[in-house]
Amino acid sequence: MPENHARVVVVGASLAGVHTVRALRAREYAGEIVLVGAEPGAPNGVAVDRPALSKGYLTDPDPSAAPLLSPTELADLDVRLVRGPAVDLDLGTRHVVLHEGRLVEFSALVVATGSTPRTLPGVEPRQGVHTLRTLADATDIRAACTPGSRVVVIGGGFIGAETAWSARALGCTVTVVEMLPTMMQRGVGPVLGEAFTRRYAAAGIDLRMGTGVAGIEGSDRAEAVRLTDGSRLAADVVVLGLGTRPETSWLNGAGLDLRDGVVCDERLAARGARDVFAVGDVVRWRNPRYGEDTRVEHFTNAVETAGVVATNLTGGDQWHDALPYVWSDQLDSRLQVFGRIRPQDELHVVQGDLDGSFVAISGGDGALQGAVGFGAVRQLMPYRRLLASGASWDEARALADGGLKLPRFRSQVGL
Amino acid sequence: MTWIHACTVQQVPEDEGFRVPTTPPIAVFRVADEFFAVGDTCTHDEFSLAEGYLDGDVVECPLHMARFCLRTGKVLAPPAIIPLETYPVRRDGDDLFVDVPERTDDR
Repeated sequence: MPENHARVVVVGASLAGVHTVRALRAREYAGEIVLVGAEPGAPNGVAVDRPALSKGYLTDPDPSAAPLLSPTELADLDVRLVRGPAVDLDLGTRHVVLHEGRLVEFSALVVATGSTPRTLPGVEPRQGVHTLRTLADATDIRAACTPGSRVVVIGGGFIGAETAWSARALGCTVTVVEMLPTMMQRGVGPVLGEAFTRRYAAAGIDLRMGTGVAGIEGSDRAEAVRLTDGSRLAADVVVLGLGTRPETSWLNGAGLDLRDGVVCDERLAARGARDVFAVGDVVRWRNPRYGEDTRVEHFTNAVETAGVVATNLTGGDQWHDALPYVWSDQLDSRLQVFGRIRPQDELHVVQGDLDGSFVAISGGDGALQGAVGFGAVRQLMPYRRLLASGASWDEARALADGGLKLPRFRSQVGL
Repeated sequence: MTWIHACTVQQVPEDEGFRVPTTPPIAVFRVADEFFAVGDTCTHDEFSLAEGYLDGDVVECPLHMARFCLRTGKVLAPPAIIPLETYPVRRDGDDLFVDVPERTDDR
């Protein structure tokens, strides 16, 4: 039932939090909005748009990154920005507790505290070892990646691969260490993962796939990475690209259901609490599309969850069941993934080939499950629509073989 | 404001836009019998909306799914927050002219 919330407090001022605020005002929410920002290194606690941080921000001669909210927009949105971090939540009295003990009362709460990069268990932080999340992290990596320096990227997922490519572009000698047999296997599956592994190797990046890290050598500064296969990689710069863990430590003991994220229902409402929602990397919700509890660490999910919560806070009743979408810049082109690529599913390249631009589809359980495009933004679009319509695998394959009207590749589809 | 020759009616495809290589570029779209000219570059990220997905009088950027109204330039879906520029279009026979501000250079 539409409740009139006098004050919505959004904790976290990165993509999901900022879009929640925008979406609330776009839906004509007229009450008070408090945004708690605690982005490390940001003077007002508001994060920058992160996608560039592993890409252009590392390689552009003159990089820039503006906070997601300008002072003008803050004023236009009529938002009170409060410096965090939030350290505790009292569901009984409906207060968020800020670091210096200040209390912020809410009638509805949106948890948007995002996630923190994972580190290597047992490895103490030291100079020369970086994670990549904030503008300050990117600035440090950029400064460290001088031409000729030896860079070891641990983790060959989307961010690891982007960072490796950027470091290579900066003139570094780059090695990627990945536990799985191929690059980006979780994101695009083994077949496409293998193709990207081949292409990254051909581009001059040293790839150590199927290998773990035994330790990092060096007393106050990283000097080398020891691998589980016994080899030792001398390193000036080590970048950890190991994914993230949801930032829920401030909610411990508050009475919310926390299991690798804030556990929420289909509407992104926290289980076991009233008028508490979660958005972005931190929400683990019952995804009606797949009937599973899901947590997603990607841009589009952050924007979409913000829209759903804003709708549900303004009298609507919306489930978050959007078709998953991820993009990444790989090599010198754009990778896009719609739906999901599961290891057990079949994969067919329906246009182009794996050494160039391509579109591939994957299917299983009788249904089209996912579609991947590389340097093929327009060509991928019909498959997105097919996925959204719930097409069967046979239908998708028949259309790909014959009838589906596909735009041709333009001469070179780059970024 | 200056009227420039943008393209011919035949150059505008049914299901996508025609990119006019001005600075900044302009995209011309056909919606039934009407023509619309808007800024070609998505206001969220660098992508040519002439290559976007056209649905009625709405164009969707295929990179991050931002949507814009071709009539008003208004943002209809995030992540974009800034509206598109819109430009008046005049049809003369098979030729389409677009009224651009002075700073937009002709080809």
